[in-house]
Amino acid sequence: MIKSSATQMAAALAKGEVSSLELTQLHLDQISKVDSQVNAFLFVDTEGALEQAKQVDAKRQKGEKLSPLAGVPLALKDVMTQKGVPTTCGSKMLEGWRPPYDSTVVTRLKENGVVILGKTNMDEFAMGSSTENSAYGPTHNPWDLTRIPGGSGGGSSAALAAFEAPLAIGTDTGGSIRQPAAVTGTVGVKPTYGGVSRYGLVAFSSSLDQAGPCARTVLDAAYLHEAIGGYDKLDSTSINAPIPPVVAAAKDGNVKGMKIGVIKELQGDGYQPGVLELFNQSLELLAAQGAEIVEVSCKYFDYALAAYYLIAPSECSSNLARFDAMRYGIRVGEGSAEEVMNKTRQVGFGREVKRRIILGTYALSSGYYDAYYGSAQKVRTLISRDFENAFQQADVLVSPTAPTTAFKIGEKANDPIAMYLNDIATIPTNLAGIGGMSLPSGLAKEDGLPAGFQIMAPAMQDDRMYKAGAALEAALLTKWGKPILDSAPVLGAK
Amino acid sequence: MSNISRDDVANLAKLARIDMSADELDHLSNELSVILDAVARVQEVAAADVPPTSHPLPLKNVFREDEVRPSLTPEESLSGAPASEEQRFKVPQILGEEQ
Repeated sequence: MIKSSATQMAAALAKGEVSSLELTQLHLDQISKVDSQVNAFLFVDTEGALEQAKQVDAKRQKGEKLSPLAGVPLALKDVMTQKGVPTTCGSKMLEGWRPPYDSTVVTRLKENGVVILGKTNMDEFAMGSSTENSAYGPTHNPWDLTRIPGGSGGGSSAALAAFEAPLAIGTDTGGSIRQPAAVTGTVGVKPTYGGVSRYGLVAFSSSLDQAGPCARTVLDAAYLHEAIGGYDKLDSTSINAPIPPVVAAAKDGNVKGMKIGVIKELQGDGYQPGVLELFNQSLELLAAQGAEIVEVSCKYFDYALAAYYLIAPSECSSNLARFDAMRYGIRVGEGSAEEVMNKTRQVGFGREVKRRIILGTYALSSGYYDAYYGSAQKVRTLISRDFENAFQQADVLVSPTAPTTAFKIGEKANDPIAMYLNDIATIPTNLAGIGGMSLPSGLAKEDGLPAGFQIMAPAMQDDRMYKAGAALEAALLTKWGKPILDSAPVLGAK
Repeated sequence: MSNISRDDVANLAKLARIDMSADELDHLSNELSVILDAVARVQEVAAADVPPTSHPLPLKNVFREDEVRPSLTPEESLSGAPASEEQRFKVPQILGEEQ
């Protein structure tokens, strides 16, 4: 049962073949069995989850009309507030903090009867590509426990791949939903910026942060997208328009006549040959279903990574000023408020967070502002123009999600530049505010590890990537004869 | 090659309100020089005629009616505070003796 898709679980619940209480308990059992190996969860809310499940079961018994995902369990990235449940953002700074309010994403999950199992591990304040920057130890990739599960949302993707949850919430500032999906053989979607409310999402880089669905199938991600998405008056950057019809698009999955643009700049040097081979095979499968493959050029993408590593640290240096040891979080040291603040931030923040705060402070300081932050904002314009031109030639754009499969834990921990290169293909969409999806393209020939296929669509045309994603997923399933995660090692066997 | 000295980092850390050990300062000044060299590339294409983008959406300020709505109680607001007293955040001394 736990290996089923969320859609299958929802169908079984609707038919009364299983109760939400039973389904939730099965997942809690799996967490007990495997999470000591995976470390996907920072907190498991056993009591709360079982209580939510009972309530959904009671409503179903009474014949109340329930939403499609009612009673299905979910893992929540620890960057989202949930009232009364510990929220650490993977940082010592917030150890023990229990927020007094629900994020809008959590409010909507509760309204939809989705059962929240607990909070998942992440790079501290969502800064990283490997989940090694968590103050609570790294998460291990279920495909190979010595490897990283991607980041920053490695806990959410690992929970899906280890069958600890069929659905999860992630957040994506530069690839933190899509790159973990790619390296764990799961599906992750960064919706259009403003498509899902940021209220209650602890801010890293406000003009880039976007919450979105993580799942094992494209259709499951679509249902979750519709459950959490849409206008929210509590977020001033929320788009006041209907959610794109992503569930209908995922059910349709017809790419006949669709123009698919391959971005020339997002392949070649630095990409693992096996990852590129799987990418090209996926293109052939889409072409065989009637899609037209064209090549497009986005020449300023070569500057995206540099622009991102100025813009995101600049915004983070400002956003993380709120952790001042006065109103919530830990307080360390004695003396004046300033001394306590300085000491608390030394002890509370980890290496990568400090690195980015200092970099951002530098980029925003007078005398350097125009040369660094100002120039990066101009590159942002050039990248948006590249996308506009490319979308005149194609309905969706595609690339490998990440240049390589999962690397070893510790391999890149002391080389920030090498670590930052993981996000080279995912960052442009964040800078332009458009949608991006990653789904599995297969197992790379060199190491037998999963790789990801990325699909990008214009702002508020998220349905296009679900349509193309569903088409590719169906073709790959026919080719493989089984879901990709059936090839992953079985965990918890002693 | 960007050259960020140890003193530069110490000054930035002071501005950012983070105490740093000698070790942290050494480490970060080396790393920051390398990272700044890599990101300085943006200057190659940031021509004067390119307008900056600060945000992906064409944003207008959003206003709401100024009306009383349910909100957190004082107890809830203070629930995560390191210290509180009489429904207020209790903080260390902010002003010096002479101020």
